[in-house]
Amino acid sequence: MPTIGVKRDLLFDALGKKYTDDEFQELCFAFGLELDEVTTEKQMLTKEQGDVAAAADASEEIIYRIDIPANRYDLLCLEGLVTALRVFQGKVKPPKFEFVEPAQRQVLKINPSTAQIRPFAVAAVLRNVTFTQDSYNSFIDLQDKLHQNICRKRTLVAIGTHDLDTIKGPFSYEALPPEQIKFVPLNQTQELNGVQLMDFYATHAQLKQYLPIIRDSPVYPVIYDANRVVLSLPPIINGDHSKISLKTKNVFIECTATDLTKAKVVLDTIVCLFSEHCAKKFTVEPCDVVQTDGTIISYPELAVRTERISVKRANAYIGINEPASKLADMLTRMYLETEVDAKDSDSLNVKIPPTRHDVIHACDVYEDVAIAFGYNNIKKSLPAFMQIAKQFPLNKLTEQLREQVAQAGFTEALTFTLCSRDDIALKLNKKIEALPAVHIGNPKTLEFQVVRTTLLPGLLKTLVANRKMPLPMKLFEISDVVLADEAAEVGARNERRLCAVNCNKSAGFEVVHGLLDRVMQVLSVPWKTGGADKGYYLQATEDPSYFPGRCANVMYNDAVIGRIGVLHPSVLQAFDLTTPCSAVEFTIEPFV
Amino acid sequence: MSSPEQSELTERILKYLEGVEQVDSLQLAKEFGIEHQKIVGAVKSIQAHGERLLHVESVTRKSLELTEEGQAVAQGGSHEANVFAAVPEQGIKRTELLAAGGASAQLGFSKAMSLGWLWLDRSVQPTLVRRKVSAIVDEVREQLLQLAELSAKDVAEYKKRKLLQELTIKSLLLSKGAEFSTTLTKLETDLTTDMLASGQWQQLQFKPYNFDALGAAPARGQLHPLLKVRSEFRQIFLEMGFSEMATNNYVEASFWNFDALFQPQQHPARDAHDTFFVKQPAQCGPLPEDYVQRVATVHSVGGYGSRGYGYNWQLAEAEKNLLRTHTTAVSARTLYQLAKQPNGFKPAKYFSIDKVFRNEALDATHLAEFHQVEGVIANVGLTLGDLIGTLHEFFRKLGISELQFKPTYNPYTEPSMEVYCYHPGLAKWIEVGNSGIFRPELVLPMGLPPDVNVLAWGLSLERPTMIKYGINNIRDLVGPKVDLKMVEEGPICRLDHD
Repeated sequence: MPTIGVKRDLLFDALGKKYTDDEFQELCFAFGLELDEVTTEKQMLTKEQGDVAAAADASEEIIYRIDIPANRYDLLCLEGLVTALRVFQGKVKPPKFEFVEPAQRQVLKINPSTAQIRPFAVAAVLRNVTFTQDSYNSFIDLQDKLHQNICRKRTLVAIGTHDLDTIKGPFSYEALPPEQIKFVPLNQTQELNGVQLMDFYATHAQLKQYLPIIRDSPVYPVIYDANRVVLSLPPIINGDHSKISLKTKNVFIECTATDLTKAKVVLDTIVCLFSEHCAKKFTVEPCDVVQTDGTIISYPELAVRTERISVKRANAYIGINEPASKLADMLTRMYLETEVDAKDSDSLNVKIPPTRHDVIHACDVYEDVAIAFGYNNIKKSLPAFMQIAKQFPLNKLTEQLREQVAQAGFTEALTFTLCSRDDIALKLNKKIEALPAVHIGNPKTLEFQVVRTTLLPGLLKTLVANRKMPLPMKLFEISDVVLADEAAEVGARNERRLCAVNCNKSAGFEVVHGLLDRVMQVLSVPWKTGGADKGYYLQATEDPSYFPGRCANVMYNDAVIGRIGVLHPSVLQAFDLTTPCSAVEFTIEPFV
Repeated sequence: MSSPEQSELTERILKYLEGVEQVDSLQLAKEFGIEHQKIVGAVKSIQAHGERLLHVESVTRKSLELTEEGQAVAQGGSHEANVFAAVPEQGIKRTELLAAGGASAQLGFSKAMSLGWLWLDRSVQPTLVRRKVSAIVDEVREQLLQLAELSAKDVAEYKKRKLLQELTIKSLLLSKGAEFSTTLTKLETDLTTDMLASGQWQQLQFKPYNFDALGAAPARGQLHPLLKVRSEFRQIFLEMGFSEMATNNYVEASFWNFDALFQPQQHPARDAHDTFFVKQPAQCGPLPEDYVQRVATVHSVGGYGSRGYGYNWQLAEAEKNLLRTHTTAVSARTLYQLAKQPNGFKPAKYFSIDKVFRNEALDATHLAEFHQVEGVIANVGLTLGDLIGTLHEFFRKLGISELQFKPTYNPYTEPSMEVYCYHPGLAKWIEVGNSGIFRPELVLPMGLPPDVNVLAWGLSLERPTMIKYGINNIRDLVGPKVDLKMVEEGPICRLDHD
């Protein structure tokens, strides 16, 4: 969930009202935002960087940090937030965005070479903009928030904004070998080519994360003006030549992308939110983007579409019963201008503006009805059907056995499913290659390399961490291990195991054996003797985790279901245990 | 308490008392030639046999005693007298005098000067110490030899000079009690089978019981506190008529974890920063083809009344195996099965509580694996009001009666509501869960009828448990570092009971 920081006093000026923190929090809550923190630039610097020296000169103006829902890109800056809240409060109508046709449109031509790396581009112009320091900062912050969220850290879309009066169209979007691209990057003085640029920014705190998006490509995307001045090298950096300043009047906006839908949304969002600062508010100048096949598409789209929503269905979805006109008012407050259909009183015509790309289905409109109505005003009801409930049999058995094993004097542990390769292999005298383990591809630490194939390491770690407890320590866990299995749908399956350990001055094989006997007794499984064809028994075996001659397979109806024995001293040592232990571990799935 | 040595001593004390009116325990110790502490122990053991055997009175006495230095003075004379004695008729150089007089010479010299016993003859060079009087009486020594006659002022003076110390001596004054006897009856500690069989219990005397001491801890095993809460949640769902989903599949295909839930393939949650992807086995087996096709379509171009996300959906991305990030993956599988029932749709209520895995930053309240609690209801015409009503009932069973709902965004529910509850202890509203109505883009491709709505909510098991039991670090609750003492002493889980 993105968080934006806005100056409180600017916000209240724009909203036309001063709130207490609590009042503003309530407004946020009702609208689906969260006032995350009340702070100042000074506090943020001190807290985030511990940089008291830098913080000394920082502003002490109050800043509200507000959490914005991840799909509401139109709320990612002060301008958008204020408009949406004022509309929500019914103070203004949603703005209408209009195109202003210039004498000659700006043209951006897409070269076919871009198909190799970043095939899409869109563009727009904002005319006669007046920037103040605050609105300029907001403009830069908005681009950053969009880059971090919908643009997926610039992989899907990269935004470039330029002072149009410093450059000359038509513009050309190309992909060239990095050595051939030469320009002075934003806020630098020295000209670099594409290769040098990668080295130059390799350690840059913010920019280094974007380098891998194109670094290894044979060609880099680049936008030139008519005089071969570089506007930008997306998705890394703009040129210094065309940079925006407080004096900039006319802004050229380009977005290059690997996802055209998102590029259109980003462009719409920027022009909708910042056309507020144009001399003629909410007007945008369209650009012609020449596609590789020669066709021309006009951007931004700024499409307003009308959805027909059934009053009956909307009411039924939420569980309310409001007249059509009331629903229309509520939706208009949610930035969706709505009228009751002239011919059909059960139908609403809902206008979805270019700021609300999150609305893709009628259910998104229903949600806005519910928010405008107030979630906490909706009448409580209960689903009117009955069902005879059923437990999942394996979980039911697990619950019953947990009680029984605890009653037998063993204390329950809850250990981690993820562990290191060594935990299940080396420390147990096993080879990892020989185990049917599921391996994690992107573990951040050793603790998350594999999914456990046995419950034993978790119990041994619990024993070590509780060495101060008096002996004997008797622990158990009934939980899942995961085994790679080609026959399973995803190539791996869970197995529910019961594992118990006895830790005492002597190993006490008979203690865990006694527990096994008790569990079998409560499962009505007999000890198999002589010629009986059903039941459980122990079958001597050797296992490097166990002491030689003190290890057996747990057999059930002649199949191996687990292992029991005295743990090998080298295993105890590997887990830092100095007391002998005996252990039993077996699957309980055959008993469901 | 009843070693043979001690019972012998108790008898000796009782016999001694028989012949005298009263005796002090210190006196007894001296006469018996035994440490005083042992006498006191024996008296206590006599008292344990019966309150009225002896009359015992505590006595505190103060007595004066010479310190080591005081003893030296009493034997060899005071420092000033010794210095006086060391001065010959013809006088002596001060340095020689002090050298001859030992450690206390300086002290004795000052004192002798102030008493007017000596004087300094400065008419010669070097100055000589000479006697001023011919003879002296060493009063200090005489007084220390007669401690009993010292005045309070003198006592204070000698204490200050560290020649005297005052001792506090505690002892017991013993006399015969109302039930005095020279022999002790042996007291029994416990009732035994032998006593019952012989009927002896009627004659025997039993040792008084100390009801202030704790009993012996019962030998037992205990269930884990978090799993006790899990059982309680299961119970609540079962009481509400919800059936349990089969969640025993930690490894899941991206398809069920994300795509089936209408979570687009570029969604940040699908980033390696948030999700554990499985390297081996890296890919799931075949997915249901026609369903996959419907999901692909609704993502890329829309359908079922939706505009879709407008991107190029990739099967390879959906086939990537991962550790499920939520149990909602299982809800998707369950709802898909519900849609495929041969006899047509029937309404259903499901729940699950099981582990999920996130490759996120770890801190005091976040682990890479935790338990998710989830409830799902599917029926024709369900409303957001039904969800709100159900949540109120559910949380009431957890002992939470005040709820508020906040609009939020989830990729797979619309409307979406965060659930807040009022925590009286913290005196604020805290988020306790997330909920919503599953999007039609999720439900309809599964093949559920168009008028069916599916309500769902989820919360973590750990968070309410930590709040309930006041645990600040999740590692104190989950994992090998759990304190087994806490596990063993933990109460039963009664969520609706404070």
